[in-house]
Amino acid sequence: MSADVDLDHVTIRFGDFTAVQDAHLGIKGGEFFSFLGPSGCGKTTILRAVSGFLEPTEGDVRIGGQSMRGIGPNKRPTALIFQNLALFPLMSVADNIAFGLEVRGVGKAERRKRADELLDLIALQGQGDKKVSELSGGQKQRVAIARALAVEPEVLLLDEPLSALDLKLRQHMRTELRAIQQRVGITFIYITHDQGEALTMSDRIAVMSQGVIQQVGTGADVYENSQTSFVASFVGENNPFVGRITAVDSNYAVVESTFGPLRGRNLSGLRTGDQAMLFVRPESLSYLNGGTVPENTIQSTVVNSEFEGSFFSVFLQGEGSKSIVMSMTNSGDLPAFEQGAAATVGFQADRAVVLPVGEVADE
Amino acid sequence: MTGFFRRNGIVISTYLLLAVFVWVAIMIVLPQAYMLDFSFRFNLPPGKIGGPEDVYTLKNYRYLLFGRPGDEAMFNVLHLTVFLRTIIASIFVTLINFAICYPIAYYIAQVAKGGQARALILILILPFWVNEILRAFAFRILFGTSGVINAFLQTFGIIDQPIDFIRADIALYAGLSYAYILLMVFPLYNAIESLDHNQVEAARDLGSPWWRIHWRVVMPHAKPGIASGCTLVFMLTAGALAAPQILGGPSSFWFTQIIYRWFNTGGNWPQGAAYAIVLLLACLIFVLTVMRLFKVSLGEIAK
Amino acid sequence: MTSARIQSLLVSFYIFLFFLFLFAPLMMMGTAAFNDVEFPQVVPWEGFTWRWFPALLEDDLMMEGIRNSIWIGIGVMVVSVPIGLAAAILMTQVHRKFQTIYYTIVVSPVLMPGVILGISTLVFWDRLGTFVNADYDTFFYSGMFLTIIGQSTFISAYTMLIFLARLQRFDRTQEEAALDLGATHVQVFWKVLMPFLRPAIFSAMGLAFLTSFENYNTTVFTIQADSTLTTVLAGKVRMGTQPDLAALAVLIIAVTLVGAIAIEVTRRREQAKAEAAREEALRLEKAADLPLAEQAAQ
Repeated sequence: MSADVDLDHVTIRFGDFTAVQDAHLGIKGGEFFSFLGPSGCGKTTILRAVSGFLEPTEGDVRIGGQSMRGIGPNKRPTALIFQNLALFPLMSVADNIAFGLEVRGVGKAERRKRADELLDLIALQGQGDKKVSELSGGQKQRVAIARALAVEPEVLLLDEPLSALDLKLRQHMRTELRAIQQRVGITFIYITHDQGEALTMSDRIAVMSQGVIQQVGTGADVYENSQTSFVASFVGENNPFVGRITAVDSNYAVVESTFGPLRGRNLSGLRTGDQAMLFVRPESLSYLNGGTVPENTIQSTVVNSEFEGSFFSVFLQGEGSKSIVMSMTNSGDLPAFEQGAAATVGFQADRAVVLPVGEVADE
Repeated sequence: MTGFFRRNGIVISTYLLLAVFVWVAIMIVLPQAYMLDFSFRFNLPPGKIGGPEDVYTLKNYRYLLFGRPGDEAMFNVLHLTVFLRTIIASIFVTLINFAICYPIAYYIAQVAKGGQARALILILILPFWVNEILRAFAFRILFGTSGVINAFLQTFGIIDQPIDFIRADIALYAGLSYAYILLMVFPLYNAIESLDHNQVEAARDLGSPWWRIHWRVVMPHAKPGIASGCTLVFMLTAGALAAPQILGGPSSFWFTQIIYRWFNTGGNWPQGAAYAIVLLLACLIFVLTVMRLFKVSLGEIAK
Repeated sequence: MTSARIQSLLVSFYIFLFFLFLFAPLMMMGTAAFNDVEFPQVVPWEGFTWRWFPALLEDDLMMEGIRNSIWIGIGVMVVSVPIGLAAAILMTQVHRKFQTIYYTIVVSPVLMPGVILGISTLVFWDRLGTFVNADYDTFFYSGMFLTIIGQSTFISAYTMLIFLARLQRFDRTQEEAALDLGATHVQVFWKVLMPFLRPAIFSAMGLAFLTSFENYNTTVFTIQADSTLTTVLAGKVRMGTQPDLAALAVLIIAVTLVGAIAIEVTRRREQAKAEAAREEALRLEKAADLPLAEQAAQ
């Protein structure tokens, strides 16, 4: 069983502080949905409102079409995986997993059977009698998931559950989480500040900043068609160029930057004379060593370059010591980027977006 | 408030509020209020309580200051002397206690190693599991005219006649200093233990003599502990009853003994309540003074 | 001899003197308890005897006092542990603005002389009894009841401090996790919070009982016509008495020593167990995560 989750114009205030401002979106049953944003952006507050630990100041949370107002966390069809996992240290692994059944009055034998099934699911067969402290970090992670699944929730909420793991394990758990979600088929709502996690696992992502949902879309969508300067700068790396729009034609706009006119897609209907920001991804930039000249070119000098295995990052400096990052696939015949050498780079207008001037995520 | 109920549920919320209400209202605040009220009343037989004669009066406090109306002396010299002596002796005992305990607390907190420190603490606590009355009793065996100390001094020919330590109140002061050692050592220990030993080392490297290190580095750091220890010891000493009853000389009284007599043989409860209020006020003034002097908050004292 | 060496010798000597002072009374009693004279004394030594120990059991007054002290101790445990627990939980939830005033009120009984607590309890219940026209055999005038209430007034503050220390290490998300899994608030309290607090509950119970058992200053006012061990002892000591008091002290010391050693031994054993578990977990961490991690890296 999986349920839709609807945020209906949800606003949450703590005193004078607005943690979430008019969040309005629908999450479909069975979807893997992520809230992505820096810490303090309000994503955890949304999660707590869905799980029932706090009530929206305005608006409503609906699960499976039903309003959740006045319904406590222990009565909602949701289960939450906490950032610190919050396993019960004094109970065995099996007792942890079966806790939700125990409080529902399920008999001991039945509980044990269900716990064993779930232990199978998370590949910890026969470890039910261990203490939680005897498990490794990754195993604890999986026990927390099993404990939440034991109560057969319609919606599973995950609050940055991977942040305590080391890098390699984190990458592994991404695949595992996605696989579990596909197996159980329930709605997953995932909170993270790590765009890599959001992009790899989610069906759709909501990018948040300062309590406001900036954009909702698939990973490719928010990456390629960022709708605000914040999304463009927060999701993936991006090179911003600020300037006034000098010309607009069909779906394109020209921004007069310090490097001269640069042309990109005009997604938000900006008009001539508006201040705007043009964003180009590092991988959309190409090094022009005599090949075809794209629409936009930039003169710069090489600051340094970093070899990263499958690709190269080249750090350039342009007019007014503006720094630009370009990344190039390691095709084997790259030129040597010597420090101080002049470099002309360029990009296709289709690969750049022009957006209103706004908040830029700091690195 | 709705947040509180939402967080704890109705049943648990009710338990929490009810238990704390019973404690704070019925056990702490109301009894104190009643005692205060009682101290302003006449000593009436039960039948007349609440009757027309049950009115407020300052008589009980007046008695502590001036004695019975018509007495020859201007003031109630006997009781006032006992009160002042109790306060001054308590301050004195507190200072002795601090002097005795500070080196030990410092040693356990900064010098002793982990296991040794734990063992010392254990040994320190051990004697205090014994009832305070039995402890005071032991001091009688120690200081009595046929006690160990007198026997020792006589054997070695230092004195000819046994000294009456009890009459001289030496046994009392020793017993009082002994009784509350733990309450001085532990606050001091806790405060000194949190001092980074490197600070002491640094001061020593800079050539400070040991007394200056204590005066300028350790003691300022341990200020909350000193305040806490001194307050506790003073209060308990001023409020002590068992030790003065057992170790006090026949002519020397502790203020609590007078209070006890009003309730017991004296049978004048309002009078006793007034004396109790005076003792409470004295303790309160002491705490406030210490808090002022040491610039610490109550939370730091009562840890 | 260097000055540092002299200094360390002086320190050792001081510590020796300090502990001599601390243990002198105990040694006195330890000796007097076995001295075969009618008056409690150490010197002159008149020969070894056990006879003061059986004498204890024949002392009806003292036995009655001990019985009452035990019942009062149990009563104080029953009253002060739930109150201290509630007060500690409330302390963690009380609004920051009221925290100081709340704390001041609830720790004030600790800072108040015991005689004052005894007197105020006595006066309050006496007046209340008069007010409701209670008979003299009701609890308003019962020495045992008043003693339990009077002692619990400040012992609840002790138990509160014990619970507070333990609660500071409680991870609140466990409470939320249990709620989220469908537990009611009462279930959260019994299945999550109470097991976590179990060691603190035992400490609080032990402290409450012992403090009550030892108490004199408050009890002497509230106990009235009844008696406890301490009031009996105080009476006997003032009379002058026999060495059976020393025998009692020796018994108490013996029980305490055994108890203290038992506690220390269990504590060490548990520490060792925790250490072993931690190492095992660390070993597993390496063993279990490595293959997964390698798998992920491929």
